[in-house]
Amino acid sequence: MSGSARSVATRPTASRAVTLLLPLVFSVAAAAAEPPAGASSCTGCHAASAKVDTPVPRILGRQPAEIVAVMQAFRSGERPSTVMGRIAKGFSEDEIRAIAVWLATQPAAER
Amino acid sequence: MQKTRRAFLCGSAAAASAALLPAPALAQAKARVVVLGGGFAGAACARELQRAELRAAVTLVEENPIFTACPFSNSVIAGLREMAAQRFGYDAVRAAGIAVLHDRALAVDPQRRLVSLSGGSALGYDRLVLAPGIDIRWGALSGYDEAAAEPMPHAWKAGEQTLLLRRQLEAMADGGTVVISAPANPFRCPPGPYERASLIAYYLKMKKPRSKLIVLDAKDSFSKQRLFQAAWQQLYTGLLEWVSLSNGGKVTSVDPATRTLVTDFASYKADVANVIPPQRAGHIAEIAGVADQTGWCPIDPVTFESRLQLGIHVIGDAAIAGAMPKSAFAANAQAKVCAAVVAALLRDETPSPPKLINTCYSLVAPDYGISIAGVYHPVNGQLADVEGAGGVSPADAPPDFRALEARYAEAWFRTITAESFG
Repeated sequence: MSGSARSVATRPTASRAVTLLLPLVFSVAAAAAEPPAGASSCTGCHAASAKVDTPVPRILGRQPAEIVAVMQAFRSGERPSTVMGRIAKGFSEDEIRAIAVWLATQPAAER
Repeated sequence: MQKTRRAFLCGSAAAASAALLPAPALAQAKARVVVLGGGFAGAACARELQRAELRAAVTLVEENPIFTACPFSNSVIAGLREMAAQRFGYDAVRAAGIAVLHDRALAVDPQRRLVSLSGGSALGYDRLVLAPGIDIRWGALSGYDEAAAEPMPHAWKAGEQTLLLRRQLEAMADGGTVVISAPANPFRCPPGPYERASLIAYYLKMKKPRSKLIVLDAKDSFSKQRLFQAAWQQLYTGLLEWVSLSNGGKVTSVDPATRTLVTDFASYKADVANVIPPQRAGHIAEIAGVADQTGWCPIDPVTFESRLQLGIHVIGDAAIAGAMPKSAFAANAQAKVCAAVVAALLRDETPSPPKLINTCYSLVAPDYGISIAGVYHPVNGQLADVEGAGGVSPADAPPDFRALEARYAEAWFRTITAESFG
């Protein structure tokens, strides 16, 4: 647990750098940034494709602060949910932040 | 020698500079990744690799030109959904730049890193990803061979078997007996037999209410058990009976000629018999030498690389993924992690420990959904549950919560199929 948290903790810095470069080399940066722990599972429910009809909110390309706030509210139980409360409890604050920063770099309807 | 080549190719060059190379140099420079199996794991892995590693040439080998999805096939069996909604082609996979070969892998040579195809050609690889799903262990249950799957369908690989079971239910007279045999762990889709029992019970309740459904189980407990049993009591009392292992539920042999299922204590003569038989990893796993004596494939939980053969990764139902269930969601999540790992290895980078999520919905009736979720990480060489996370839907949820989860289940299917097949 501490092992994975430590290796993840180095990532937000790198991802933030990517975010800053975003307007310049958008597609290259998005393709090169490896998803932080847990991030690539999200689109199993939160559709990456624009063509999918779903009541589940899309999360790619959102502001990191928005994702972090919602995840924290799911984790504490302050925000009611069906499955997200159960999932959010599996991630530390650092991990949530890294995921949120990465999600923001992902083009919303690319796939 | 491969290392030298890779170091030259990938070295420390950034993706941006590689993209500036002239086309022929780029083509020569490409590392070769071959993916065997085009289901929720294989198709997703190929697509994610293509996105993550522009310098890899990705080939997907899948025998069938059309994939037939297992999730929601229980709704097809119960007449609530048409088969067309289960079928997916590979056009979008191909359009993404992946070479899709509708062929069958006959052999894998891990030393020479070569896959032989039934068409006669051979594919060299730098990294091989195996996503072969499951095979039925014919004969593991006495009397249940391939011929027995006509009178007693398994319907555990979606397709003609799914439709066969549906037709048998439709042809059965009201007042008939349906028997489902559920296997011991591990098997594809742990809550699947119980969702199937629920939806067949729903069909019987609506169309043939004097009938009976018996589930004979080789286990004493199963996924989402309390939620299923509470729903059965509420919706299907007197119609659905579950016989646990300790109550003599384990089927020891079947007689296809009379559609009879035999346990240590009794014989059950069925009008419709659905035998969900013991399973193992798809056959190519054994051929490639990545399956162990259990029939499944031990893997490293960080890289999904086989513990038995270097250079081969195994994902999806075929893998021994610790606490992760053999579900489509898990297969897709593993595929995306494996793609990032393979991309990192091709760049001579060390992959970081992953986290993975599983969310799995079951329908106990069309407007009554339940779910189980989990978060997983590598611990002591295994994928383990992250403690304090995951679990099942609340036991005391109101009907609108169940209805919402049924809606989410359907949305999940649309999402995961788009995520895998485009």
